[in-house]
Order: sequence, then C-alpha cells, then structure tokens
Amino acid sequence: MVSNTQIEVLESLIWDALGRVQDPEIPVLSLVDLGMISSIKISKELIEVYFMPTFTGCPAIDMMQKMIIEEVERTTAIKTAVIIDRVHAWNSDMISEAGKKKLVKFGIAAPNIKAGCGVTMLDLQSVDCPFCESNDTVLRSPFGSTLCRAMHYCNHCKQSFEQFKPVSH
Amino acid sequence: MNKEAIKELIYKMADDAMIIGHRNSEWTGIGPVLEEDIAFSSMSQDKIGHAWALYDVLHEQFGEKDADKNAFSRSEKEYKNCQFVEMPIGEYEFSLVRHYLFDKAEWLRYESLQHSSYLPLAQLAKKMRGEIKYHVMHAETWMNQLALHGNEESKSRIQSALNESYPMALAIFEEGADESALINDGVFIGEQALLALWKAEVSAFCARIGLSLPEKADASNYLGGRKGYHTEHLAPLLAEMCEVYLLDPSAEW
Repeated sequence: MVSNTQIEVLESLIWDALGRVQDPEIPVLSLVDLGMISSIKISKELIEVYFMPTFTGCPAIDMMQKMIIEEVERTTAIKTAVIIDRVHAWNSDMISEAGKKKLVKFGIAAPNIKAGCGVTMLDLQSVDCPFCESNDTVLRSPFGSTLCRAMHYCNHCKQSFEQFKPVSH
Repeated sequence: MNKEAIKELIYKMADDAMIIGHRNSEWTGIGPVLEEDIAFSSMSQDKIGHAWALYDVLHEQFGEKDADKNAFSRSEKEYKNCQFVEMPIGEYEFSLVRHYLFDKAEWLRYESLQHSSYLPLAQLAKKMRGEIKYHVMHAETWMNQLALHGNEESKSRIQSALNESYPMALAIFEEGADESALINDGVFIGEQALLALWKAEVSAFCARIGLSLPEKADASNYLGGRKGYHTEHLAPLLAEMCEVYLLDPSAEW
C-alpha cells in the first residue's frame, strides 16, 4: 500500500506537472490555469487524470492528452491515463484569476461574464481591450481563429483583438 | 428504458450534426465576408465535434463502430439525418436561413435533453448547448441585419429563402419509430413537443424582423431522412466526405 503522506506528495507533484502542460493554442496558459483538470486518482500502478475539454470539437484534445501523459509519467514514473470527464463540463468561470491575467498579457481578453446565466449578444459587446484597457470596443464576430475565441475591435486604439469566449454550462 | 429507441435518437442527432457540419464547411474560403467565412468554418468544427461526441456514446454504450468508422463508412441508407441538412449550400441566404432554422431546433433539442433521464445524453447536452447558443446568436444577428436593417434586395432574398426552407425545416421533426417509449421514459420530450416550441420561437422572431412564414407549409415532400431515404444530394456529399478515409480505412492519423 501507498501511505497517505506518499499520496499527498505524489499528488502535489502531479499538479505541478500538469501546471507545466501548456495549451497548444495559447502557449502561456497551463491546463491548470484553464481549469481543465477536474480531478486526479492515484493508485500504485496507475494515475488517472480527469480532463474537461473547453469545446467538444476542440482539435487539440488528442494532443493535450498526449502531453499530459508524457509530463506526468516523466515526473512520477507511474503509468498515466487521461480520461475525458463526462460528468463535469468545463465552463469559462473555471479559468483561474492567474489564468485570466496571463490571457490579457498575451493579448486575449478574458471571458467577461459569469457563466451559467446564459450568454447573450449584449454580453459580448464592450469587452475591455487587452492592449489599452478601453471599454469602447465592438464585437466583430462571435467566431475567431479557434473555437474558443471571438473577434472584437477597439475604437480607442484602433486594433482588432480576440477574446476567450464566455461559455456557460 | 428502450435502448433501440435511444440509439435511433442519437443516430439522427449525430448524423444531422455531421452532415450540416460538412455542408457548412463548404463556405470555407468562399464566405461573402471574411468574418462569415470564419464563422461558418468554426460552426462546422463545432458540429463535427458534436457528431464525434455522439458517435462516441453509440460506440461506448451501444457497441456500435468507433466514431471514425461510423462517420465515414456507412451506406447512404444508414444515415438518419433529415433531408434539410443535406441540401446544397446554395446562395448565402439559403445557408443563413437554414442555419437559423436548424440551429434554433438544435438549441431547443439540447435545452430539453439536459434533463433527459438517459444520463450520457443529459451530460453531453449540458456541454453542447453552451456552444449551440453561439450558433443561434450568430444566425439571429445576420437574419436581423439582412431582413430588418437591410435593403429591398436583402429583405426579399431572405424572405424567399425562408419560403423555400421552412417546409424542409418542418421535416427535422419527423418522428422516430418508438417516440412514445422515449417520452414515457423521460428520455426526450418528443418531436411534436419540440416542434411546438420551435414554431412559437421562430414565428415570434420572424415577425419581429419583418418576415412572414409561408402559410401552407407542408413537410411531406421532405420526410424520410430519419428512415434512410435521402435526396440525390446526399450521395455526392458522402462520396466527397469519405473519400480520403476510404483510401485506407486502417491508416493511423
């Protein structure tokens, strides 16, 4: 049997390892920042990582699963499996505060409303510009370069920018 | 629970998503403006993702073929999508009006399915409805723009696209073989209930943006998709969609 202390140490090692796995489409954010890991289960022979994709059709899912396995196995030397969590669904409130700051610094506006209350077109207007912080912005399209982004335009600094879309559950 | 009826329900939903996803991807590179090109492409990616998730449920819960095989190696008769989604993209206004009518139906379907007694479907519906919400918002924005705020030409083109597609859209709600089992088991509210919700929302929205629904709309010319009867447009679509996969079905991607 593995002792409780050993499990605690192992668990924190695993979370650290997951914190080093970056979103391939936004390489400054880890899967932990994005809130995509719902739980981990540890036994002597197997680590199971439960993973919630941001969008059902995200083409990076396979790649992220492989990256998780690689990083966790490298850190712990225990066989690792990634399981898509069917019980819990990701929503944009799960992005951590640190994650939201990193997004803005990267030039992508963070989701601006609390998910779960039903996103409307109005919510997508007047998103703060990640470059000049002005609120004088307009939505250009609710779809952008990846499934999780919308396109906006800032009337103040005259730049187009993207926003990580608010998604409710 | 009636497993056969649930399987039939999931198949038609998966095939609808797969075929409309493929059709809308035909706008990639030729959209009327760049944002629309990207929007239709993004929505296609969402839809194909939804089909994939539903084929996964069929594979895991019902022992059907895996998602890729199921999507790409069935005969035409085995696809249970409604005929509406297989129609060619036509002019932009046809694709837009179809997108509005179809996604409104999808939104209501998934809204109701999040309360399904069949857990794998309820869980997926909770996830997918947030994504479909964006599709509906997108469709309504452009319908509003072109019908209410457009010029005479855009108004009349949207109206005639609506006249043409409305009867086809009614056939989305073609009933399954054992609808009452699904309703009694609390799996699904049933196509008739869904149709009533959809009609109420569509007619209120169309009235608001100055469009009128065709008075004598009849779905009968477009029924049969749910039983595997399709128009002449599905076979060429499947030939194109499955072409690469069928070159070597055992290839690792």
